[in-house]
Amino acid sequence: MNAHASALWLCAPVAVPLAVAALYAAARRRPLTPWAALVSPAAVLGSAAALSSSAAGGGAVPALGGLLRADALTVWMLLAVGAVALPACAAGPAYLAGERAAGRGGERFVRRYQVLVHLFLGAMCTAVLTANLGVLWAAVEATTIVTAFLVGHRRTRASVEAAWKYVVICSAGIALAFLGIVLIHHAARAAGVPEESALHWPTLLAYADHFDPPVIRLATALVLLGFGAKAGLVPLHAWLPDAHSQAPAPVSALMSGVLLSVSFMAVLRCKAIADAALGTGYTRVLLTAMALLTLALAAGLLLGQRDYKRMLAYSSMEHMSLIALGAAVGTPLALSAVLLHITGHGLAKTVAFCSSGHLLQLRGTSRIDGIRGLLAQAPALGAAFGLAVLALLGLPPFSLFASELGIVRAGFAAGLGGPTAVALVLVLIAFGALSARTARMLLDGRPVPSPTPADAPSFVPERPEGSRGEGPVAAAGSGTAGSRTAVLPVAGARPPETEARPVRLGFAAGLPLVLSLSACAVLGVAAGPLTRLLAAGAAVIGGQ
Amino acid sequence: MSDSVFTQLLDLACGAFLLTAVVVLWRRELSVIVDVFALQGVALATVPLLIGWHEGRWDLAAVAAGIAVLRAGILPHLMRRALTATTAPPHADEDEDDGASYGTNGPYGTASWDRTDGAHSPERTDRTDGTHRYRADAGEARETQPLVNVAASLLTAALLTLLAYAVSRPLIALDPSPATRALPVGLAVVLIGFFVLTTRRRALSQVVGFLLLDNGITAIAFLATSGVPLIVELGVSFDVLLAVLVLQILTTRMRTAFGTTDLDDLRELHD
Repeated sequence: MNAHASALWLCAPVAVPLAVAALYAAARRRPLTPWAALVSPAAVLGSAAALSSSAAGGGAVPALGGLLRADALTVWMLLAVGAVALPACAAGPAYLAGERAAGRGGERFVRRYQVLVHLFLGAMCTAVLTANLGVLWAAVEATTIVTAFLVGHRRTRASVEAAWKYVVICSAGIALAFLGIVLIHHAARAAGVPEESALHWPTLLAYADHFDPPVIRLATALVLLGFGAKAGLVPLHAWLPDAHSQAPAPVSALMSGVLLSVSFMAVLRCKAIADAALGTGYTRVLLTAMALLTLALAAGLLLGQRDYKRMLAYSSMEHMSLIALGAAVGTPLALSAVLLHITGHGLAKTVAFCSSGHLLQLRGTSRIDGIRGLLAQAPALGAAFGLAVLALLGLPPFSLFASELGIVRAGFAAGLGGPTAVALVLVLIAFGALSARTARMLLDGRPVPSPTPADAPSFVPERPEGSRGEGPVAAAGSGTAGSRTAVLPVAGARPPETEARPVRLGFAAGLPLVLSLSACAVLGVAAGPLTRLLAAGAAVIGGQ
Repeated sequence: MSDSVFTQLLDLACGAFLLTAVVVLWRRELSVIVDVFALQGVALATVPLLIGWHEGRWDLAAVAAGIAVLRAGILPHLMRRALTATTAPPHADEDEDDGASYGTNGPYGTASWDRTDGAHSPERTDRTDGTHRYRADAGEARETQPLVNVAASLLTAALLTLLAYAVSRPLIALDPSPATRALPVGLAVVLIGFFVLTTRRRALSQVVGFLLLDNGITAIAFLATSGVPLIVELGVSFDVLLAVLVLQILTTRMRTAFGTTDLDDLRELHD
């Protein structure tokens, strides 16, 4: 591949989503078709495929004077972003049509939604492709800013609260990561790295054994805390369940499926530098502690969960902590399993969030209690949701089974038997909680009980709120009343339309879900031509 | 400029930088806090200017000018607009366009509205929705009851400064110079920023806390290595600007949805 072609393929994943966003923003008179959204993920996947041959051999393709760079890890993450963005963007039209049918999404909302989603994709691809740690930081922070209005799109109390927490916790958390990067820059300059490449990741890695250990220790702790906040790891995780449950379903899928992993990729890059400077012990202790605490918290909160979107959000925290545990183990097997887990979790979580979005539009409630016997009433939707949860539980043939097995085996082999055993017990608890709740939603044929007064205050209004002029009180009131009207007919006599004819999902909404689930299953059976890329990706971040 | 004059001026700028952070903790009027934050921006911009002068690097002077415009001009301006919008009556902002209608009521609308509302409607608002609209409006422009009171906050600031000096010893040892010796000041401001972020209850105070944090990190970057590469500095500044814009809009929406910007009222989402 010559230099021009490689520069083209490196720039495309950043430039195409930005161009699509600009087109959506510019097309005011005649709105662009929602299917134009598929151009961006296609460009990302195409670039990943074009770059994979040179990256799988262990090489790296630079462009724009070293600002962008594609090694095997980059290409793997690009594949993950593309694979999650494709079904998420394909689910967009169905979601927007549902919102319009409910009287919530006007022309403006649709345009703003598409512009922000594509800016979000562009920022994520910049974070993945850049070789400069500072630019990586700026891109990850940009994802927070761009998604803030997607999280807060409803303007209800819950929505505004989620957006506020999201921006404040993520921005403050990630500011710590920037402090860490500034300290790495300080250490690099003191070790004689020339100024123009003092944040260039490959250069830093090459010089890492000359870095001052105390400074790097401080910097690594800050970077782990900071990017860990954006990856949903303890202690700065509080934004995650709120933001993921309030965002539109396709955006939740993108945030949960890849944004968490992209932030974790930043952790992996900095971990490689820290390991070269300090040995592997330091990051191993930190990451193991963060992983186990996150896992314990997620498992505990899954046990008492009453909202299915929040349930999926805590399941994301569970999987991110497994990924962190795998990174802490750090052997080639563990790191390959981590990369596989990132993709598998992204695909399964996309299906889970997209189908939960359809479910929310269908039933008007995100409470687990409000949904019973889904499989009988909406077979396709129920099956998609159920299979996605089965994949998230780590059952074969889905790829999460293979990657979880890999992480556990590598953990025992690398002498981290204790933490791995604790993690297994916690995963088992989460397994029980998740499967019991999903089984109740899908299979339980009993009628839905009407909500007790004690439950009412915690209910998040999800029904259409009538006219915009209504105050917050009226909105909350109509929300609660709405949930009763949605629920009561079921409690009395089964609603005639669901009794007579099961709700159909539709081809356009169903196809992306089927494709993602089958990709996740195929990846679990055989990685095929991706095996070399996976091994090369693991080698980039330290698994020799 | 001789070395000793440079050191003295640099220490003076860093001292002003730390002092403004402490004054933010001390004062409760949000408008005063924003003014003090603008002063801190000036002190921060002086640091790269001095370093650039000392080392004969005029590009740093341009960076200093950029920082002064952003942190002493634009950001305080955005916060003042948010303050005006949130202390004005909570008319539902009906138009779809964010940011078009802010500040239309002006600073004088606030006082008169508070007065009329206080005269005959507290019971009504308390009865209808329980968001304590009247009480919140009276203190909307002030940090009425921080989680930690002012005296304890100032004491904590002193402890955090000591902690900053203890933690940054390896950073100074790496490359001892007049600039690096002033580095703990930046770290102290970072810690104070975090403290403001966690203990203050007004939405705008949290924004100030976040910006103190960011100012501190920028100061550390200049004092340790005369700044990160320009492209990174640009990216960071742009992100900070957009983050504050987003927070400003969210503050207004919070006021519309909750009737107050008291963060204790954010209790919709929990497990």
